[in-house]
Amino acid sequence: MRRHGTDPVVIALRSPATVVAWSLSQWETLIRDARRANLLSRVALTIAEAGLLPRVPQAPRAHLEAARTLAQAQADSVRREVAYIDRALAATGIPIVLLKGAAYLLAGLPAARGRLFSDIDILVPRTALANVEGTLMLHGWQTSKTDPYDQRYYRRWMHELPPLKHNSRQTILDVHHAILPTTARLKPDSRKLLAAARPLTGEPRLRVLAPTDMVLHSATHLFCNEDVGNNLRDLVDVDSLLRSFAQEGTFWPELTSRAVELGLARPLYYALRYAVQILGTPVPRGVLGAAESGRPLYVTRSLMDALFLRSLQTEGADQRLASIARGSLYVRAHWLRMPPLLLVQHLAVKALRGESGGAE
Amino acid sequence: MIVDDLSRRELAERLSDGGLRLRTGPVVNRIQSRLPSVLDGIALHYADHVVEDRGAFADFHVRIAPPTNARRWIAPQVRFLFDGASPFLPLPANQAFAMLEWGLNWCVSSHCHQFLIVHSASVAKAGQALLLPGHPGSGKSTLCAGLVSRGWRLLSDELTLLELATGRVVPLPRPISLKNASIDAVRRFAPEARLSAVVHDTAKGSVAHMKPPTESVHQAADTAQARWIVFPQYQSAAPARLHPLSRARTFIHLADHAFNYDVHGRKGFELLAQVVSDADCFAFEYGVLREATALFDHLASRA
Repeated sequence: MRRHGTDPVVIALRSPATVVAWSLSQWETLIRDARRANLLSRVALTIAEAGLLPRVPQAPRAHLEAARTLAQAQADSVRREVAYIDRALAATGIPIVLLKGAAYLLAGLPAARGRLFSDIDILVPRTALANVEGTLMLHGWQTSKTDPYDQRYYRRWMHELPPLKHNSRQTILDVHHAILPTTARLKPDSRKLLAAARPLTGEPRLRVLAPTDMVLHSATHLFCNEDVGNNLRDLVDVDSLLRSFAQEGTFWPELTSRAVELGLARPLYYALRYAVQILGTPVPRGVLGAAESGRPLYVTRSLMDALFLRSLQTEGADQRLASIARGSLYVRAHWLRMPPLLLVQHLAVKALRGESGGAE
Repeated sequence: MIVDDLSRRELAERLSDGGLRLRTGPVVNRIQSRLPSVLDGIALHYADHVVEDRGAFADFHVRIAPPTNARRWIAPQVRFLFDGASPFLPLPANQAFAMLEWGLNWCVSSHCHQFLIVHSASVAKAGQALLLPGHPGSGKSTLCAGLVSRGWRLLSDELTLLELATGRVVPLPRPISLKNASIDAVRRFAPEARLSAVVHDTAKGSVAHMKPPTESVHQAADTAQARWIVFPQYQSAAPARLHPLSRARTFIHLADHAFNYDVHGRKGFELLAQVVSDADCFAFEYGVLREATALFDHLASRA
């Protein structure tokens, strides 16, 4: 297995000065790997902010510039879209909590730099779901899943409505009432998350999760999501959030106690473990010690190490193993999200319809 | 080195081993395929294109290969793979070369945001470019094929790349994609043109490709200034006629034909405004290719 100390994307993110001296064939690998990991724009911004763009050879630089342009366009369009959502839901008086990328962007966090968006995620109280969905439909959003199985699947088992698509702008909105599926083994209490959410300056109705909860959500996403192709991107999110919040005095002790309170000690343990190992995130020793409460049995952890570290690989001779690891993590993610019988049923339906892993 | 310098066997080896690093205008494509139809298509259409050596930077890594499932025994298919993932559904195996062409277009239109990319054919005479934006069926490729058969330089059949800093057209000379009735129209008009065998029953009907002229490929590094923007509309038996189009309307239509106008925000707006204000703008209808090319020759001679 390739060590992560030699993974081109990780090197580019951690020490951009190193990569400007690279050969064209190393650049080729970096551009491909970064694009595949959905991190090309992030790499481009990291290099640009270090003032190194002019030293990048012309051919790869074109890709970095294109990726930077794309990220800027996406950030602008997410801001616009959030304003539309905010305006549409204003009359309901329901507070809207932005999640993930849109939250990082509107909160001005560095985690949003160069992050690409495929949709916008919001969290609302479960009791407000019907009102929110109805109001959004009046303003042009409509459900994008028309298959009755999909509708039932989302509404009965998932933590979100079937994705809504705006009929003129074609944008996708995911309305969540929880950060994990109803069927998942871990059940962080959404009421606690909503109660601790913080207002955004200058945006009276919009909120984001509290710093600890934002990190925990990101960690949960990383370790319970079936979207395993984005694992490194998700880990970069965790790393970036931790670096931003590390300055806030009570953040670290609160993080571990909040993880226990929400039942998310295990995902936090893994997130810290891999962020430190792969991205060199500066996590205080005491915090790592406290997070040990979420530590799994030795065998489980070794298996996760093998799968997770491999799943992050994007290039090279081990591609087949990486693909097996991603497949295993995909099944594992479903395993964590659903009881066995439901899982078998769900995967059978997907298989019969000819969908492949990760197509959800 | 160009593709024509390689023996058929050497070309096959590159395509099946490390990949053929084929330069098309500003980008290098690393192409891998073991399919004979892909090899034939490349040998014919890209004969004059530069082959970069193994150490050169490749922008896009693509592969045309059969899927690995059991279908291959009943109704053979091909997939287009980009960095190992397939962005499109498989197609019947006889469409392999067409799929490579569509895939290479997709590579550029969805990644090359260092350009403003317009869905348009473009040709040039004496460094002055004629842009022919049009929806499928508008007759832009037919007109493009006709013009390059009468001495115009091919800049691009499908993707007109506008350089962000200058607004100049960056050539991307690749095969011209002809559909249905236009295949015979071009054969009659330019019997010397090199066309591939026709593939029937594609999503776009019958399709054949025309090899780009050698000189156009040689001049791929020379950018051109957009001088005319013309929206063609083929209409059976209609006389060839230009109708002046206001700059405002031209701007709207051109933005509508741009693949990544939204990506460039204000910069895209300003660039397009500049390109439109420096060009003469027309709507154009034609029914006979000979009349159409004569009209544009006349237009160019007055410029």
